[in-house]
Amino acid sequence: MLVAVAGFGLFAWQARKIRANILVGRDRDMSGNVSERLSKTLLVAFGQQKMFKRLTPAFLHLIVYVGFIVINVEVIEIMIDGLFGTHRVLSFLGPLYSLLVGANEILGALVIVAVVAFWWRRNVGVVRRFTGPELRMWPKLDANIILYVEVILMVALYTMNSADLKLHQLEGVELPGAYPISSLLTGLLPANVAVLHGLERLGWWAHIVGILLFLNYLPSSKHFHIIMAFPNVYYSRLVPQGQFSNVDSITHEVKAMMDPSYQVPPPATNPDGSVAAPTPFGAKDVDDLAWTTLLNSYSCTECGRCTAVCPANITGKLLSPRKIIMDTRDRVEEKYNAPLIFQPNLYGTEAKHAETEVLSKENHTLLRGYVTPEELWACTTCNACVEACPVNINPLESIIEMRRFLVLEESAAPNSLNVMFSNIENNGAPWAFSPSDRFNWADELFVAEKA
Amino acid sequence: MAEQTATRQITVPLMADLAAKGEEPEILFWVGCAGAFDDRYKRVTRAFVRILEHVGVKYAVLGMEETCTGDPAKRAGNEFLFQMQAMQNITTFEGYGVKKIVTACPHCFNTIKNEYPALGGNYEVIHHSTFLQQLINEGRVGMAGGGEFKGQRITFHDSCYLGRSNNIYEAPRDVLAALDADLVEMKRSKANGLCCGAGGAQMWKEPEPGKKDINVERTEEALAALDGNAAALASLNGVESGNAGATPAPRNGQQSSIIAVSCPFCMTMMSDGVKNKERENNVQVFDIAELIATAEGLG
Ligand code: SF4
Ligand code: SF4
Repeated sequence: MLVAVAGFGLFAWQARKIRANILVGRDRDMSGNVSERLSKTLLVAFGQQKMFKRLTPAFLHLIVYVGFIVINVEVIEIMIDGLFGTHRVLSFLGPLYSLLVGANEILGALVIVAVVAFWWRRNVGVVRRFTGPELRMWPKLDANIILYVEVILMVALYTMNSADLKLHQLEGVELPGAYPISSLLTGLLPANVAVLHGLERLGWWAHIVGILLFLNYLPSSKHFHIIMAFPNVYYSRLVPQGQFSNVDSITHEVKAMMDPSYQVPPPATNPDGSVAAPTPFGAKDVDDLAWTTLLNSYSCTECGRCTAVCPANITGKLLSPRKIIMDTRDRVEEKYNAPLIFQPNLYGTEAKHAETEVLSKENHTLLRGYVTPEELWACTTCNACVEACPVNINPLESIIEMRRFLVLEESAAPNSLNVMFSNIENNGAPWAFSPSDRFNWADELFVAEKA
Repeated sequence: MAEQTATRQITVPLMADLAAKGEEPEILFWVGCAGAFDDRYKRVTRAFVRILEHVGVKYAVLGMEETCTGDPAKRAGNEFLFQMQAMQNITTFEGYGVKKIVTACPHCFNTIKNEYPALGGNYEVIHHSTFLQQLINEGRVGMAGGGEFKGQRITFHDSCYLGRSNNIYEAPRDVLAALDADLVEMKRSKANGLCCGAGGAQMWKEPEPGKKDINVERTEEALAALDGNAAALASLNGVESGNAGATPAPRNGQQSSIIAVSCPFCMTMMSDGVKNKERENNVQVFDIAELIATAEGLG
């Protein structure tokens, strides 16, 4: 009981801090379109639609996902048993209970197989997307911890079930439920009632404590996606991927330039009535990003599907869309609330600033402190990362926001792009052609006439 | 192929002239900067106008009144310049009461269709691949059955701003199907297509340091598909199992074949890639409008 309260309480406390972190982002109205959003959530989050672009991991992941959901029913039972001192309280379900427990046992075994395959792909087979500078240190360890914990939880489940089964066998009583795997394991256990009892309790405690610890581990981990994927997909963009956001303050400015009678809306005010400081164009730090982008960063599974399809990354450029998302989460936790286990992943510090340079929390901003202009300028805005992400994260949006800051606030575009800008301004085309030649293509144009 | 009797010179109608006569065209053909200035893409503009003339659609262009949509500025982060351009174009459109716009540039298409509405410009915007698809479906072009390209191996390179950005995958393929050619797909195609490397204002700058240029990677993939070369495909970095289609039947790399595109920047990037791989002798890059105009014998 106490354990449960502590476990859930701690999680609630962590969840509140994360909510606060996400809300430092800029406002963006995501209300409306409820049915479209719900069906998207159903397909992409519950239905794992986008996972099936790659079949092998999709199946492995599906096993763990279904296993997780079904085994959670047993976890509910374990909790109730623990709180009320009952034993296998759901066994009144009869054949349904057998089905449930039996399915659990088989799924548990499949989960172990899948986890071993995952571990292999990650550590031995080395799928390219599990490499890269952002997957060193904590993120790499984190990925493996999750796999180990999953195995421990499954082993605990089998320990509990097989000990319980053997106890009942020794007593000559039938244990409700079906145990296709545990019944194979009973032979391994000693025929001592006290030891069996201890083992059963050990498995039980390991499972319940393990789950509660794991729950509280989530906020420090990429495994948080098992919760955050759902709101994240719900709040994902519904417009065509090619449609970039509009900057309203610039619209007012441009309209006022073109039409002097245009009424610019009054600037935003603070709660005390004073005029609020204008928000910068684009993003320099995490609080300049939309709250949905911060929600994105908490949903990222660090799977690297985005980076694996990024044309810039494939051809050896520094840009990795996954890194930008991971940087965003690290930065928001560095600047605001940190979870229980936190260590910003300052991989490749060398690439960002001189080692001698001491950066305070204030000027260690997302742009430059974590993400370099070199990464940002390598993006072709191709949307491959957006398309690939199984939980509908949009790395491109942050890239554009940071480019806006570089160009509009710092005038720090690469020189060739400044040339392009002035060509558009002066000639109405990105190249240095004379506008008066614009219609020359139509000269001396013939078409064959048909009989 | 229909019999040619004569050629006729085209006087491309200007919006301003039509307005002076109190007339309204059915469509405004938005040429775009590349279509107007880039020597290679000017040929696509001309081919498309031939098709318009051939089918007798009432169209007009803006001529010198056209100015950049602002797409490259926006993707590069210069929102201010983008909006200046957008407002200027919207003012022009509104002045002529434009309703329907057709363009051969996916970037112009995406920008006018998706980003102008927030600034007050609402139009029906159609990419030329969809427009050509409609003409073919209506039986107005493609009756000649391809002739010229029968059996030629063609692979289509998806433009990001047409494909992923706007979910247009089938229209250009339907257009190519009218050619009766041997169409093959690259490993990464449609939603999984690989960018040519020009988008997001990359067209106007040098790439960041890396191992390879993106257009070379993509051209290698296109050549591997055209040659049916499985080994070459396997060596490409980004092709992971699960997103790969079948490998086309292998064939002699010396037979001539075509990379079809539907975007001026893809055109530049893929053409440069073919040069880089020294395959200009037998691989050509064409826009889908050029292929249709040639198949129709429009000169
Ligand atoms: S949009 Fe940019 S970051 Fe995303 S895959 Fe394309 S090039 Fe990479
Ligand atoms: S952004 Fe999406 S695709 Fe990229 S690593 Fe995170 S979850 Fe995977």
